[in-house]
Amino acid sequence: MSGFLRAVLALGLTFLYAPILVLAVYSFNASNLVTVWGGFSTRWYTALLSNEPLIAAAWVSLRVAVLAGAIATVLGTLTALALGRHGRFRTRKLLTGLAFAPMVMPEVIIGLSLLLLFVGVGLDRGILTIVIAHATFCTGFVAVVVGARLRGLDRVLEEAAADLGAGPVRVFATITLPLLAPAILAGFLLAFTLSLDDLVIASFVSGPGATTLPMRLYSQVRLGVNPEINAASTLLVLAVTVAVLAASRLTARR
Amino acid sequence: MSAPDPGISCGWRSWMVRLPPLLWLSAFFLVPFLITLKISLSDAATAMPPYLPVLDWQAGLEGWSGFLEALDFENYAVLWFDTFYRDAALSSLAYAGGASLVLVLIGTPLAYALARAPTRWQTLLVALVVVPFWTSFLIRVYAWIAILKPEGLLNAGLLRLGLIAAPLEILNTPAAVMIGLVYAYLPFMVLPLYAVMSRLDGTLREAAADLGAGPGRVFFTVTLPLAAPGIAAGALLCFIPMIGEFIIPDLLGGSDTLMLGRVLWSEFFSNRDWPLASAVAVLMLLIVIGPVVLFRDAGGGEAGR
Repeated sequence: MSGFLRAVLALGLTFLYAPILVLAVYSFNASNLVTVWGGFSTRWYTALLSNEPLIAAAWVSLRVAVLAGAIATVLGTLTALALGRHGRFRTRKLLTGLAFAPMVMPEVIIGLSLLLLFVGVGLDRGILTIVIAHATFCTGFVAVVVGARLRGLDRVLEEAAADLGAGPVRVFATITLPLLAPAILAGFLLAFTLSLDDLVIASFVSGPGATTLPMRLYSQVRLGVNPEINAASTLLVLAVTVAVLAASRLTARR
Repeated sequence: MSAPDPGISCGWRSWMVRLPPLLWLSAFFLVPFLITLKISLSDAATAMPPYLPVLDWQAGLEGWSGFLEALDFENYAVLWFDTFYRDAALSSLAYAGGASLVLVLIGTPLAYALARAPTRWQTLLVALVVVPFWTSFLIRVYAWIAILKPEGLLNAGLLRLGLIAAPLEILNTPAAVMIGLVYAYLPFMVLPLYAVMSRLDGTLREAAADLGAGPGRVFFTVTLPLAAPGIAAGALLCFIPMIGEFIIPDLLGGSDTLMLGRVLWSEFFSNRDWPLASAVAVLMLLIVIGPVVLFRDAGGGEAGR
C-alpha cells in the first residue's frame, strides 16, 4: 500500500471521527463554555441524571425502537424471503420498490405523508404512530441484511432436509431460520439504532406526550451548544457504536 | 444464487410470506403518498384537519363531485410563480449536486484506499467507516456547531497559528451547509464504492502495471472505469436524501439558507399550511423520482448496505 493511499485513509478517518471526538472530549469539560477548556469533570453526566424530561424522552425512544425494530425485523425478513426464495411473482417489482424506496426517500416526505394518513384515518398521534412510521422505513434495511445472508446460504442443506421428508415449514424452522438467525438479529439491531436516531419522521408523526430523545435533543440544540447535550450525545454515540459493532460481528461470522 | 423453487412460488405459503410486507408497506408508504398528492390539491383552512375540502362520505355521489370540484392546482401555481419556492428548489439542487460532486472527489480515493488496504486490516477499517454511517445524524451535525462557530475550535486554531487575523464567519453560511452535507453523507458514498472496488479483479491492475503503467495511470485507466457504476450508485444514494435534507440547513445554515426540506418543514410546523407543504413534498418527489429509478436499476438495494 503506497504512502499516498495511507495518507488518504488517515485523512478520511480523521475527518469522520474528529468532530465526534471533540464532542466527547468537551462533554468532560468543567466549564460551561463548550469551546473553552476548564479542566476535567463529570458534572454534565451527573446533571443528566436529574434531567427528567431527557430521561423520559430516552424511555420513549427505547420503547419505540424495540417495538419498531421488532416489527421491521419480521417484515424485513419476510421481504428478504419473498424476494430471495420465492422466485418470480407478479408483485415482486412492487415489493422491491416499496421495501427499498424508503431507504433513500427524503425523510420529510415520509414523515409528512404518514402524518396525513394518520390524521385522515383519525389515529391519535403518539408512540403507536411513531412505531408504525419507524417500522416502515426500517424494513428495507433489515431486508438488505437478511437478503445478503440468504444469498450466501447453501441450498443443499435445505434440499437434503426436504429429501429426507421434511415439509417446507419444517425445513424453514429447523434449517433456514437457524442459519439466518445472526443476520436477523443484526437486522434488528440496525433497525433499532435507526429508530433511536430518527428526528425528522418522529417530529411529524408524534403527538403530545410522545417526545423522543432526538426530538428533545433537537429542541435543546436549537437553543445553542451546551455541555449537557454533549454528555447525552456521547452516551448515545457509545450505545449506537456498541449495537453496530455487535451487528457487524454477527454478520461477519460464518 | 440457486434457481428458485417454482413449486413454492405460487402456493398459499408464499402468499403468507409476501403478503404481510406488501400490505404493511402499501398501507404506510404507498397510500400516504396518494393522500399527500390529494391534499396538495386542497386549500388550507383554519380547522382540524387544516385543509379543505374534506370528503363527505354520507353525501354519496354529490359529496364526491363537490369534493372533486374543490380540488385545484393553486398550490402548484404558488410554487411555480412565487420565486421563493423556485429559489428553494434550485438551491436544493445546487447544494445536493455540489455536495455529491465533492463526495465523489473525496469518496473515490478513500474507497480505493480502503479496498487496497492489507486484508487483515480491512474488516476493521470498513467497520470504522460503518460506525459513523449509523451514528446519530443529529449529533454528528451538532458536533460541527462547536467547531465552526466564530469562537469555535477551527477559528481558535487558525488564530493561534496566525493564519487569520480575525475569526472567520463560517457557521450559518452556505460553506457550513456544504461541510455538513459532505461530512454527514461521506459514509453513504464510501460504502457502495468500496463494495464495488473490493470486488474488482486485481489481476487487471497487475497486468496494467506489468505493461508499464504507474499507480496513477492504473487507477485512472483500469480501476476508475470499472468502478463507475459504484460511483454513480454512491452519488445517487447521497443526492436523493440530500434534496430533502432538513437537519443540516437548519442547524448549520443561516436563516436565509433555502432548501426544500426546510421549506416543507416550516410550511408544515410554522405556517400550518398542510396543502402547500404537501405540494412541496410532491415537487421534491418529482425531483428525486428519476434518480430513485436509476438507483434501483443500478442495484441500489444491495449497495445500500
